[in-house]
Amino acid sequence: MRRALLKTTTAIGLVIAAPAMVAHGQQITVWAGDTGTGGKIFAEMAEKFEAENPGVDVVVEEVSYQTLVESLPVQLEAGEGPDIAIITDLGGLSRFYQDITQYVDAAYFEQEWSQTLQWLRGGNADSTAIFGMPTTLTVNGGYANLTLFEQAGVPVPQEGATWQEWAEASKQVAEATGTEFAMEMDRSGHRFASLAISYGAELVDEAGKPVIDDGLRAAIEQFVAWHKDGTMPMDLWGAVGGATHRELFSDFLNANVVFYFGGSWTLNQMDSEVGDLFDWAVVPAPCGPSSCTVMPGGGAMTVFKHTKNAEMAGKLINFYAQPENLDYYISNEVEIPSAATQIKNGVDYPSASERTAQSLATFIAQIPKMDAAAYRFQGWRFQRAMMNALTTRISQVLNDELTVDAALERIEQDVNLAIEAAGKPS
Amino acid sequence: MGARAQFATAAVTLITLPARIIEPLMSGLQRFIGIKRMPWAFLLPNLLAVVLFALLPVVINVYYSLSGSDRLFPWDRPYVGGYNYQSLLDCKNFLDPSTCSRDLFWRALGNTMVFVPVQVVCMIGIAMLTAVCLNRDIRGRGFFRGVFFFPVMLSPVVVALTWQWILQRNGALNGLMSGAGLTPVNWLVFPDTAFFWSIFVTVWAHMGFYTIILLAGLQAIPRDVYEAARMDSATPWRAFTRITLPLLKPVLLVVFILAVIRSVQTFDELYVLTGGGPGSATMLMVQYIYDVGFASQPRNFGLAAAASLMLGVALLIFTGIQMRISRGGNND
Repeated sequence: MRRALLKTTTAIGLVIAAPAMVAHGQQITVWAGDTGTGGKIFAEMAEKFEAENPGVDVVVEEVSYQTLVESLPVQLEAGEGPDIAIITDLGGLSRFYQDITQYVDAAYFEQEWSQTLQWLRGGNADSTAIFGMPTTLTVNGGYANLTLFEQAGVPVPQEGATWQEWAEASKQVAEATGTEFAMEMDRSGHRFASLAISYGAELVDEAGKPVIDDGLRAAIEQFVAWHKDGTMPMDLWGAVGGATHRELFSDFLNANVVFYFGGSWTLNQMDSEVGDLFDWAVVPAPCGPSSCTVMPGGGAMTVFKHTKNAEMAGKLINFYAQPENLDYYISNEVEIPSAATQIKNGVDYPSASERTAQSLATFIAQIPKMDAAAYRFQGWRFQRAMMNALTTRISQVLNDELTVDAALERIEQDVNLAIEAAGKPS
Repeated sequence: MGARAQFATAAVTLITLPARIIEPLMSGLQRFIGIKRMPWAFLLPNLLAVVLFALLPVVINVYYSLSGSDRLFPWDRPYVGGYNYQSLLDCKNFLDPSTCSRDLFWRALGNTMVFVPVQVVCMIGIAMLTAVCLNRDIRGRGFFRGVFFFPVMLSPVVVALTWQWILQRNGALNGLMSGAGLTPVNWLVFPDTAFFWSIFVTVWAHMGFYTIILLAGLQAIPRDVYEAARMDSATPWRAFTRITLPLLKPVLLVVFILAVIRSVQTFDELYVLTGGGPGSATMLMVQYIYDVGFASQPRNFGLAAAASLMLGVALLIFTGIQMRISRGGNND
């Protein structure tokens, strides 16, 4: 009887203690979005890190982009969520980041990402903290269907062509070839910011205050005019409400639109789904009255404050940041590098076609032309508030719910209310 | 003692074990609090569950609505009094949302005030018609009951994506229309058509649930009442208005209240189908609350909490009035 009791007690004890024993090693959870190759390459590289660090278990989880944008911030507020995530709202989540300066080769990080590390600092110009590693740089840009241009006998606008020239040429092509639409742009405040800044909009000043100026007004007026005259369809910006992100890149893939303004992240899709079915190209940034700029963007791998394994998480990021790992990631992901050495020396893309490599070169060539306002806007803590206001209010103008003047007032008010609502950290 | 007897003794010991543990505990408790208070002791577990999962969230929500900043934990949030309510109610002309500080709240409220009555009337009307048809002795009655109930079992996101596929520019409906020589319509791009389809899709998705409830109510009405009416040469319409409707009134009241509450809560289908657009044409209150509290950056939990409480209070008042009217009708 006593022996049986002893056995039972031992068994129960083992069951209770088992999770604690497993947890003795360190588990690091990494969230990666489901765009591109997702977390596949990071998971693959993590195996080597695990071999070098016995007892460490790196779990790379692939989550939807929507989860990263909407669910992750709420989890972080509650002190929950992964130890590391690859995020795109770099400035907006800055207060959740863990400083990993002491766990990484800080001089190397500064040398490779001197400008983009600043985006993670939430607009604090004096900070030298390292909160993570910028993974890739993305660049907004236009895709043109060259086959349709050729069929229509319309010359393709060259480098330095304005937005208006592109719109007129695309419209001529659409009319001549019976293509459904001339021009489309993702329903995204980020994409619209490219147009706005090239029209002279500042969007945010040096002090971090929203700027509503004539440049923004001109860009909205032009954008609305293109919708009213049928150059752009209402399906994207007109049909959806609120801050909902929507893209119709499938229209370009199916040759239903002549010119599509999206970004570098769809290159892989173009390569795999269109290939040589029709002739297409990424075109240099269309110009506005002020500049020929597009918006930069990109992801960064950051460590969050709530992690219990800050040191190991920092070391993991330092591992991923090593040149051989960075090269492996970028060349397989077929993305624009963010590290200075990679930008300078270039990266081989063995899996990419010649056209994709050429397109990447066009995207990379836009980086030096980017306006200072574009960088400032990208690193602003309230960038998402402004982008949400832009999409919401412009859609209202397109549906005659607001005038352009009223929309400009609302955009300013929305952003100011968002800043006010955020309050000061207590 | 044989093995069977040993087993029986062990089984009895095991079965009576909880009683043997609980009995002295309850006796002790009864001696301590007195027999009159014992019912409270039995109610306590359920009461705790209600307080924890129903009452406490409401209290926390009230606190959120009275506090500011984008911080999640109540102790991190500074008290701002009625600022969030004041911000929502800051309007020069309540009939013109563009004069309000939070114009989208008023647009969403206006849309909800049109959407709810139209959707509820259509829903109950069609559900009633369907229930009456299904209550008849028709061939394939079981099959049709299943068909009408099927959409209720679908996830709202599946419903919305299915209808988006049907209604989009190159969707199935436009394909059919083109085939029939009609001009295709971009249904979700125009505010009026988008609003119409919002109502249609939500009625389609939820009608089956109310049909089943009404059908159960119809089947509870004694057949002999209809036979008596038939013998008195009452027309089917007269039987419906004088027998079916009055006897179905209690069920209709439940259906009405449930339909109104569900209609006010409409979010998921429309969020996926139209995203609240075109412009703000199909943005309803719950989407506004979601956008402000969860989709915007920084998240304005305080404003979202204030808007949700205002919506909750409005629903409570509406339900109270409805109950009172119904009770008054019954007293007559």
